[in-house]
This record gives sequence, structure tokens and C-alpha cells, in this order.
Amino acid sequence: MSDLNLTPNIPGADDFYAELLAAHEGLTKAESDALNARLVLVLANHIGDRGVLSAALTAAMLKEEEPA
Amino acid sequence: MNQMSDRKIFEVPLYAYARSPDQDADTPVRHKAVVIGAGPIGLGAAIDLAQQGVEVVVLDDNDKVSFGSRAVCYAKRPLEILDRLGCGREMAEKGVKWNIGKVFFDERQVYDFNLLPEEGHEFPAFINLQQYYFEEYLVRRVREMQETGAPIEIRGLNKVLRVADKGDHVDLLVDTPDGEYPLQAEWLIACDGAASPTRSMMGLDFVGRVFEDNFLIADVVMEADFPTERWFWFDPPFNRGQSALLHKQPDGVWRIDLQLGWDIDKEEEKKPENVIPRLKAMLGEDVKFELEWVSIYTFQCRRMEKFRQGRVIFAGDAAHQVSPFGARGANSGLQDTDNLCWKLKLVMDGTAPETLLDSYDVERVHGADENIMNSTRSTDFITPKSEMSRILRDAVLDLSERYEFARPLVNSGRLSVPCTYDGSPLNTADALQGGPARSRPGSPCADAPLGEGYLLGQLGGRFTLLTIGAEAPDSLTCEGLEIDRLAVEATPEIRERYLGEAESAVYLIRPDQHVAARWPSFDAGAVEAALKRAIGKE
Repeated sequence: MSDLNLTPNIPGADDFYAELLAAHEGLTKAESDALNARLVLVLANHIGDRGVLSAALTAAMLKEEEPA
Repeated sequence: MNQMSDRKIFEVPLYAYARSPDQDADTPVRHKAVVIGAGPIGLGAAIDLAQQGVEVVVLDDNDKVSFGSRAVCYAKRPLEILDRLGCGREMAEKGVKWNIGKVFFDERQVYDFNLLPEEGHEFPAFINLQQYYFEEYLVRRVREMQETGAPIEIRGLNKVLRVADKGDHVDLLVDTPDGEYPLQAEWLIACDGAASPTRSMMGLDFVGRVFEDNFLIADVVMEADFPTERWFWFDPPFNRGQSALLHKQPDGVWRIDLQLGWDIDKEEEKKPENVIPRLKAMLGEDVKFELEWVSIYTFQCRRMEKFRQGRVIFAGDAAHQVSPFGARGANSGLQDTDNLCWKLKLVMDGTAPETLLDSYDVERVHGADENIMNSTRSTDFITPKSEMSRILRDAVLDLSERYEFARPLVNSGRLSVPCTYDGSPLNTADALQGGPARSRPGSPCADAPLGEGYLLGQLGGRFTLLTIGAEAPDSLTCEGLEIDRLAVEATPEIRERYLGEAESAVYLIRPDQHVAARWPSFDAGAVEAALKRAIGKE
């Protein structure tokens, strides 16, 4: 099991971010919510590691303690 | 078959009232065991006890089998238990077997699946069979046992009015068409269903209500030739925002479950003029069908805090209730009595201390919690409770149409499988290095082909020493129990299910076919210690 990587890891960060926004362009709020949900599931499956997924959930909650 | 003009089996009294000599006795007659409720669980318990020579009386306030199909899916483990009770094979033959399931979302089919059950088991992963047939087979088995003198009796139209635990027995007051009579039981098993009058009489209630919903359940006799498959709809046009299920049962009867939500007018929804348009929308305008039975089913996910209350023991829906997804009601109830009856017999015989019965509580509460967890998860998927929960659910369904990865996340009910009693006080620590996890202490034994037959049929219903490539005495007496050895060859299935990486193995198997302990080789002292533990003497 590997640890959740919370350091910069995406080459061309600006390009990726622009691509993410572009994917949502012209969508209604409902369509965007659905896209985000599908994206989360696709990414989660790619990661697969249950420990990393749990750590990612904790990290995304922005709680006080550091994620394990 | 003439469908509507004949009397259905659930309309004919199957255990009509007959006056018992107990009603004319000067003092209350005491029975070894009394079971309240002649449903699948009560009859299962009574047959199990009577097969072990325990005298048992079943009381039921009705005199017929269950009305309508009700519980329709029976899983492999209950069929194996029923085989031990002498009626699993008939049921498996009568039942409809299916492997293909189809999942629909909105107006389209998103995917289909084939269950492809593991090979080398005598019984199928599960069958569809109307509950009235199930009960009829059990009653037939009771009659067959009575003919050979087994101490078992069913009393129809015997309604229990009062129950009082007296410490060394239970006092009962029973109402009949001829009036009331008192009765005593050394042990009372309450299998009187989700609304358990026994539970109410004793002032006990369910805890942990989790979820509430209503389902319109219809048995439909159809001329249409639908394939033998399980069809499940999420949010279909004919039942917007809800789910629907179509299942095939024997005799051309189809079972349809339509989710209705919580806040509905039950009487209004049940009227044929409201039901028939719904079914037409689902099946198509041209399909000819007859409505055999319709009911509104309400469920909650909850359980009693303790299943054993002194000399009164609760089993089945009386003890725990789950949502219908995954067929965990009747299936888990039969596992309750499978767990209970051998223990009760040992306690009655004085072979085991009364505290052995507390392990029934520990093990079956664990089983109920697992079932409640699984069925609650299915419920959460089928009926999302928040906007985001629905968005995620719909995302899973949309993805499942295109990508295989999302299909395991689709949850329209998880197949009911028996639970492993991890952490049970009856288990002895695993001593078989490299042994498969699926057969660790506490696990239900997996079936495997054995000679002309199968392993589970040969294990039967008593303590057994299963040896694979290991020496052991052919029988031993220990703590007043006779334990026979069953020596088997390391066939590929046995190797995979019982040996794993190990060269040889010795398993101590409980009467309910759960593993109590396992070792690489036989050691008399270790077996004795494990047996003591398994019967609650430690």
C-alpha cells in the first residue's frame, strides 16, 4: 500500500485545470454535478488502494488533523 | 393449469384445528420444547429438534400456509440446512434456478450479468420458490416424521395469549376454538414473525430502526414467455423515482415488487384498479396476465437487543427484520434455528451448560448485524437519501452501462451468504498455517464433491472430525459426545476450500457445519480442548 500523495504531482498543472474547467463548460449545475460524480468514481477505481482512498476522503474533508 | 378457479394451496387448511388431550388435562402439560409460529422458521426449528429426538409442539394462530408468495428467494446455505432436515432436494427441484440478471436504469438496460456460481456444490446459489410451497414441503416433512413416530406436533388455531418465564419453565396460555388452556414448555422458541406477539407480550421491542419503506408485491400469472432472469429497474418510467423487480417463480407465476415510498395510502394502492395500470405500464399493454395475489409490504431494519430472554428464545423475523434486498429474511432465520437447535439439545441433555445458549445470541446477533448492514447498503443505493447520494448513485449506473469497473458498485441486493462467526467464544484459534481464509474457525463449511455425493451431506448434523491427508482415530468419545471422523481425499475442490497451502488438515466441525477449530494434524488433547470450548464449557 502506498501513501496518499499530497505534494504537487500533475505535470502541466495549469493545462490540467483548464481541461477540467473546459469539461464543465456549457453544462447545467445538474450536469456538472453528475460529471463530477462520474469523475470521482473513475479516479477512485483507478487508484483502487482502499487505504489511499480513505486517506483521500479524509484529506478532502479539510479536517484539522493531518490525514493518515 | 387452471389458475383462478381452483383453491390455492394457501387457501386450504394444512394443519386444521384438532382438540388436544392437553386441553382436558387437570394440570398444565409440560413439553420439552414449544415453538410459536408455523412459518418457515418455526417449522424448521421443530423439525430440527424432533430429528434429534426432542419432543416439540408447534402452535400457530392460523391453520394454513402463508398467503401469497411472500419470501421467494432461498439461498444455498438454507437449502443445505433443509437438506439436513430432509426436504432440501424437493425444494431445489421445484424452485426456479436463474443465473442471468439484467439491470435497467430509466428507460434503458445498462448491463446484464451471469452469476456463474462456484462449481462443485450440491445446491444452486439460490432458487425462487413461493413461501407457501416452502411451508408445504416443511409440513409434509413433519407428517412424514410423524408417521415414523417422531415426537412432533403442529396445533393449528392455537393462539398464544400469555407467556411467563418461570425460571425452570415457561407458562403459556393458549386460546383455541374450544376455549383457553394452559400449557408449559421447558424451552420456548418464538418464531412468530416481524410483528411477534410474543415479543410484545414480554414487553420487549426492536432497537435501531434504520429505514422504512413500502413495497407493492404482486404475484402475476402470465402467458408471456419472459426469460428466466432477474430484472431490476432503477427509476423506471413506470415507477418514477422508485425501483422495480421482476422474478420468475414456479408454475408460471411471476413476482413483481414495486417500491412505493413511505408516505402512501396502503389501502388505496392495493386496489386492483390502481395495481393493474401500474403492471400494464411495466409489462406492456398487450401482455395478458392475471393478478393472483397483491400485498403491501412494509419493512424496517432492526433487531432485538438480545435474542435469548431466559427460557424464551427468539428466531427469524421475530428477532430481526431487514429490507427485502438480498433475501436475508427467511434465509437468515433458518440459520438462526440451525445455530440454536443443536445447542438446545446439548443443554437439555445436560451435556453442555445452559450458558451455551448465550453463544446463540452472540453468533446470531452478529449474523443479524451483518444482514442489516448489507440490506441497509442496498437500500441506500436503491433509495438515495440525499441529493448527492442520488447523484452518485446515478453516476454509478450511467458508468456501468459503458465500463465494467462500475458494475460491482451497483447494489440491487447482495446475495445472501452465511456469515462467519469471527470472534465467537466457541472458536479455537486457527492453528492451520496456510489454510484458506474461507474455512477459518467460525466459517460455514463450503460444500465440495465427495465420491458419489457431496461433503455437506456426509457431515450431517453432529460434531465431526474432518481429516484430509492426516491420521486420526475413526471415532472418539469426548465430554459425553461421540465424534466420528470423516476422512476425505485432497481433491482439487477440497484442496482449494480446506487445505490452501497446507499439506494436511484436521477440522473439528460443529453440528451446524461451522468450523470450530483446525490443525495440521490430529492431537487428542487439542481436539478435547476445542470441543469443550465449542460446547461452552470453557
